Amino acid sequence: MLRFTLTVIRRDLLLAARRRGDWITSQFFFVMVVSMFPLGIGADPNILRMIGPGVVWVAALLASLLSLSRLFADDHRDGSLEQMLLSPEPTVLLTLGKALAHWLIYGIPLLIITPVLGIQFALPGEAILILVVSLLIGTPILSLLGSVGAALTLGLRGGGVLLTLLILPLYVPALIFGASAVDATLAGTGAEAHLSLLAAFLVMCLLISPWVAAAALRVSVE
Amino acid sequence: MAFNLYYYAAPATFYGLAGRLIPWFAWGSAVLAAIGLYIGFFVAPTDFQQGEAYRVIFIHVPAAWMGMFIYLVMAFWSAIGLAFKTRLSFMMARALAPTGAMFTFISLWTGALWGKPMWGTWWVWDARLTSTLILLFLYIGILALWAAIDDRNRGDKAGALLTLIGAVNVPIIYFSVQWWNTLHQGASIKPSGTSMDEIMLAGMLIMAAAAWFYAIAAALTRVRTIILERERHTDWVKRILEQ
Amino acid sequence: MYEPILSVTDLACARGERTLFRGINFQVQAGEILLVQGGNGQGKTSLLRLLTGLSTPLEGEIRWRGERIQDCRERYHAEMAYIGHVNGIKDDLTPMENLRMAAGLAGRRLDEARAEQTLGRLGLALCLDLPARVLSFGQRRRVALAGVLTAGALLWILDEPLTGLDVHGVALLESLLHEHTEQGGLVVMTTHQPLSLAGACIRPLRVGDTDVTPTSELTPQGQ
Repeated sequence: MLRFTLTVIRRDLLLAARRRGDWITSQFFFVMVVSMFPLGIGADPNILRMIGPGVVWVAALLASLLSLSRLFADDHRDGSLEQMLLSPEPTVLLTLGKALAHWLIYGIPLLIITPVLGIQFALPGEAILILVVSLLIGTPILSLLGSVGAALTLGLRGGGVLLTLLILPLYVPALIFGASAVDATLAGTGAEAHLSLLAAFLVMCLLISPWVAAAALRVSVE
Repeated sequence: MAFNLYYYAAPATFYGLAGRLIPWFAWGSAVLAAIGLYIGFFVAPTDFQQGEAYRVIFIHVPAAWMGMFIYLVMAFWSAIGLAFKTRLSFMMARALAPTGAMFTFISLWTGALWGKPMWGTWWVWDARLTSTLILLFLYIGILALWAAIDDRNRGDKAGALLTLIGAVNVPIIYFSVQWWNTLHQGASIKPSGTSMDEIMLAGMLIMAAAAWFYAIAAALTRVRTIILERERHTDWVKRILEQ
Repeated sequence: MYEPILSVTDLACARGERTLFRGINFQVQAGEILLVQGGNGQGKTSLLRLLTGLSTPLEGEIRWRGERIQDCRERYHAEMAYIGHVNGIKDDLTPMENLRMAAGLAGRRLDEARAEQTLGRLGLALCLDLPARVLSFGQRRRVALAGVLTAGALLWILDEPLTGLDVHGVALLESLLHEHTEQGGLVVMTTHQPLSLAGACIRPLRVGDTDVTPTSELTPQGQ
């Protein structure tokens, strides 16, 4: 059973490796969105430090949504999604695998870029560390909840914008717990409580999202 | 005397039942609203802290209650629809959503009207206001999803799934917003905790009942339209349309 | 003794507002080809998708070895292979990688030597290392057929398998269908082109007008 999920992940990683353009675009989108904020707000390090965690987090939400709209769409177009749904294996393992693959492909690189952006926003080292940790726990949530939205909006007109509309409100807890963990570090009150709430939310998403995404996928393909 | 649920769950019979119920709820709502507003604006005493402006709560509070409550009812119908594949459940969810969104919007709007004299600003990022705003976003998402899906069957189920995952999320969103609020603002702004005058409470409850009746009447009217549209190829609808 | 492996009773399908068909009944037994016929938009593809289990019927049921397919989904899908309008192959992978992925996703191990042989038989021996993107439409269709062959499924559901195939491809498919049915396999397929399947056991099924019953005549097409 788990082998099926691993096969799905391996498949998506291989496909992403063959099509690096899409992958790079998404990372640059993240960097550019974050870099626009100082230009719009001003270069005062104090202000930047204050908004930095939130800006990075919001940019991560947007970047993940950008790539999520293609999570099932490419496979749907060439018919391989149908073939995967016709596998004897349960669909929930497919959606779990797809979400995890999305996280590995699009979530992990954000963690690697983030320290550089943290320096741009004049964040101290400890805060940058917590920001990365919060994204480490938080980005799988984005992939998991986003997979539900991607399945629901599969093949619809304006699917990308619609996906954003559906999923952004559901991202709110992740955004709040994640960004506030860094704020708490900056304020010197410790980030553990925030991070454990974020982790609890992740566990919940892990338990629920693949099922809902599987149901949504079956409805959308029908 | 067994009340046959399946009999009334059939769209054809429900259509007739709804038609007979709508006038009662519509008139009930109008009468209750008239009484409630009269109490709210003429009978209830002026609040010694907030002056006359507080009177907007007679609309604000019932609207906020309904906005949240209707979402729960939608989630209920969605779950029933997905579990038992009953057509009427999905129609009810669809019929309720616009009313729920409207009440949520009204509660935000009146909240702003109330906030201006009370807090000196139209909008504060208070936990309740913020989570109501996100509730409105959820409503908009569901309505947009329905609007984007042409296939009725797919739309029903997709909307139901989104409603349910939203319903699971709403308490977490509420909690997280509160968490965020205490972190960023402390307990600086909270509606005054003075005990409410009995007549004020009565006015508010009557207004809440009026909102309930209105929501039921509006949902039933909308569900009748949906039933007619969906069943227009069936004999019973053709018979109605010929009359 | 007639023992249907796939049997369909009172099947009805709606697409949006429209009822495409109603009251479809048929049975397919080992070694038979069910040839679904009907004009454009009459519901041939919808029928095939119902048979795969991708969509659910408005009414009626589909049974595989006597069990409803939704009750034995895993076993049914392990014994079934489907080609739809789109080929279900990834453009960025080579034919061989495509077969490997398909096998992995179906929980099978791919017999590499046999897979290569199959691709060779389908005339793809020279394309083994090319990404499917550079292949022609017909060649990609052949990769999809290779997928069906390597799946080792008992039931083939083929939606317009001839689209894009050249004369040799058509002849190849005909012989593949012969082999499959001779080994006791089942085929449900649609096609607009004539196929010469002399000797094969073919049941025609007309989909379209509301009363659909399988015609008793067993005349092979294209004779």
